[in-house]
Amino acid sequence: MQELDTAGLGSIRVTRKDDHTVVIEKDLATEQMVLAMGPQHPSTHGVLKLECLTDGEVITQAEPFLGYLHRCFEKCCENVDYPAIVPYTDRLDYLSGMNSEFAYALAVEKLLDIEIPRRVEFIRVIVAELNRIASHLVAIGTYGIDLGAFTPFLFCFRDREIILGLLEWVSGARMLYNYIWIGGLAYDIPSDFLKRVGEFIAYFRPKTVELCNLLTKNEIFVKRTIGIGIMPAEVAINYGWSGPMLRGSGVKWDLRRNDPYSVYPELDFNVPVPDGKLSIVGDCLSRHLVRALEMEESLKIIEQCISKMPATEGFNPRSAIPKRIRPKAGEVYARAENPRGELGFYILSDGKSTKPLRCKARSSCFVNLSAMKDLSKGQLLPDLVAIIGSIDIVLGEVDR
Amino acid sequence: MGLLDAGIKNHNVLVTSVDNVLNWARLSSLWPMGFGLACCAIEMMATNASNYDLERFGIFPRSSPRQSDLMIVAGTVTMKMAERVIRLYEQMPEPRYVLSMGSCSNCGGPYWEHGYHVLKGVDRIIPVDVYVPGCPPRPESLIGGLMKVQELIRMEQIGISRADALKKLAEKSVDPQFVIERERKAAEA
Amino acid sequence: MEEGKVFSQSVQQSAAAYAIIHEKFGSAVSAFDANETMPFFEVLDARLWRDIALFMRDHAKLKFNYMACLTGMDYQAEEKLGIVCNLESLSLFNHRLAVKVKCERDGGFIPSVACVWHTANWHEREAYDMFGILFTGHPDFRRILCPDDWEGFPLRKDYKVQESYHGIKVPY
Ligand code: SF4
Repeated sequence: MQELDTAGLGSIRVTRKDDHTVVIEKDLATEQMVLAMGPQHPSTHGVLKLECLTDGEVITQAEPFLGYLHRCFEKCCENVDYPAIVPYTDRLDYLSGMNSEFAYALAVEKLLDIEIPRRVEFIRVIVAELNRIASHLVAIGTYGIDLGAFTPFLFCFRDREIILGLLEWVSGARMLYNYIWIGGLAYDIPSDFLKRVGEFIAYFRPKTVELCNLLTKNEIFVKRTIGIGIMPAEVAINYGWSGPMLRGSGVKWDLRRNDPYSVYPELDFNVPVPDGKLSIVGDCLSRHLVRALEMEESLKIIEQCISKMPATEGFNPRSAIPKRIRPKAGEVYARAENPRGELGFYILSDGKSTKPLRCKARSSCFVNLSAMKDLSKGQLLPDLVAIIGSIDIVLGEVDR
Repeated sequence: MGLLDAGIKNHNVLVTSVDNVLNWARLSSLWPMGFGLACCAIEMMATNASNYDLERFGIFPRSSPRQSDLMIVAGTVTMKMAERVIRLYEQMPEPRYVLSMGSCSNCGGPYWEHGYHVLKGVDRIIPVDVYVPGCPPRPESLIGGLMKVQELIRMEQIGISRADALKKLAEKSVDPQFVIERERKAAEA
Repeated sequence: MEEGKVFSQSVQQSAAAYAIIHEKFGSAVSAFDANETMPFFEVLDARLWRDIALFMRDHAKLKFNYMACLTGMDYQAEEKLGIVCNLESLSLFNHRLAVKVKCERDGGFIPSVACVWHTANWHEREAYDMFGILFTGHPDFRRILCPDDWEGFPLRKDYKVQESYHGIKVPY
């Protein structure tokens, strides 16, 4: 229990119960205050503005204001050809460009109804999973910074740099790749690539343990995240949560399993959900744990892909790319599991033009963030940072 | 010329001008404002982190505009954000420098044509000293840009205003095409 | 469904779900459009959309508890605006179905389903922001991405970008 000093005007008691929930009692007449957080704030992960109505340290309402990074993705899509949209999808979720491209390629391929060579599928899965690890590393590293731990950030970025090096080797760019094209890939992988990825896996396995010791088992970190921002499963589904957020609430739902695409059905991996032993199901720590465990699963997936990859001499990754991408009239909603959740593309084609009539990106962060109001109600102001960090937003995807 | 390069002749005595000392102090503790706008901000973070380690240049991001000398506009500035950027710029103490990082803040980047909500170039609202091209610029080129800012500071002296210094900096620049061709020829030979 | 064509299992599931809805609402919903990429039906009487949504969410055999996406649309040829909703019964039946609702371009409105699925709250605000579709009964109806004083609705096909915003030139 913590008694806050209120200069004799009354008292505020903050009690942390055994089940880690926080109870705040007060017999003090306080005034509501509006506190604007952002759009330039070190822990809003970009240009997000939160308008908090606070009563002392307690948040009565936190309302997100978006649009500070609205870059007109959908308008651009309507004005460029199908293949030219790929670079724009990179810039949606700039931490996981490969995954965004993958989802978009899936959507257009579904509309075109074309067959993809198996080797291409495996390469796609490898790069997407590598990118997933890189993205989770950023999420975990910056989450550490938000809660006052600077070292994990440096550790995470050190390892992320290796992945970026690998991805740069295949695609030529560090962050925004334009590598997965509709119907194929920009290039085949370099000859030694799989060996180097294997070396990376061997290097990275122990590092996940190190990271776990540094952050997940860190007393301060656990205290600041456990029992904060609890979201029950039904509400999470109603809010449309997906990805690690939904799994953090205990729902075993992963599009790679439940709506399988590409070669994921052939691969063996777990979908980690918190069991309630280390954390309370649905709180910030659960969401962090899911991300930490998922990196391990991604490593497993990559390993299997390396061993199953069909080696083809003189393989041309562009062989299945149609000469002219002009899908027949129709519409499609296709989705893939991004590091942050379900990234879906709704595309409407009129069958005549080489540009989509409408292309909408259903971004996971946008949907996940919409629960902010409910999540933060009644929490303490410092915990707000923990909650935002656990949602792991990328503003490029929120605002598009 | 930097102070340390000037050479130490007598025991423990440095002879230099006040200008040089001041500039040396300013340029070796450039504190940028740590605010990221978009994808470029991630590269800026990567530059700050372990592998590229900006701190060896004395560059360490500050969270408040009032403590910073340099504003790195890293990413797309939108119409909604534009007024905030102006306000942040105005909150910075003089002398202040602006580095525009990435195509988006240079000219609108990939969104220049259809991005109705994107500001096409941050120089429409605040004066920019150094532009770093790229989408996103590699950490190396960001460091290059920061070193240009340092060079700019070094050139400023009593009687040499920022505008003059910028002009001199521009004169000093080499055409990259020339350098590329020279290197290519050297490689072929 | 067209005769003689064999559809995949997921389309058949969607068709079964549609049959239940059709039984209840009859002529208020259009025929089922079976296709492999996105099977959908259209709500012909937009005023009933919220009832249909509630029915879809709560019926024991439907349980569409998850709204994946809500897309605003501009059907310029038909002089209409509309939305496309992708619904799913997450971790219960796993069936999926898309629903289209249309309204008049000028003065038309669509009932809000933000009270049915929280996801719709922000998505409807976005549809309003981009297309100017009016949603009745929305708890917090304002623009979301563009600034409040932005002119026009950017994703309408006849949108013309404004010359300046707060004294800053907008076009390149
Ligand atoms: S220049 Fe490129 S990388 Fe930088 S913010 Fe713009 S789109 Fe993103």
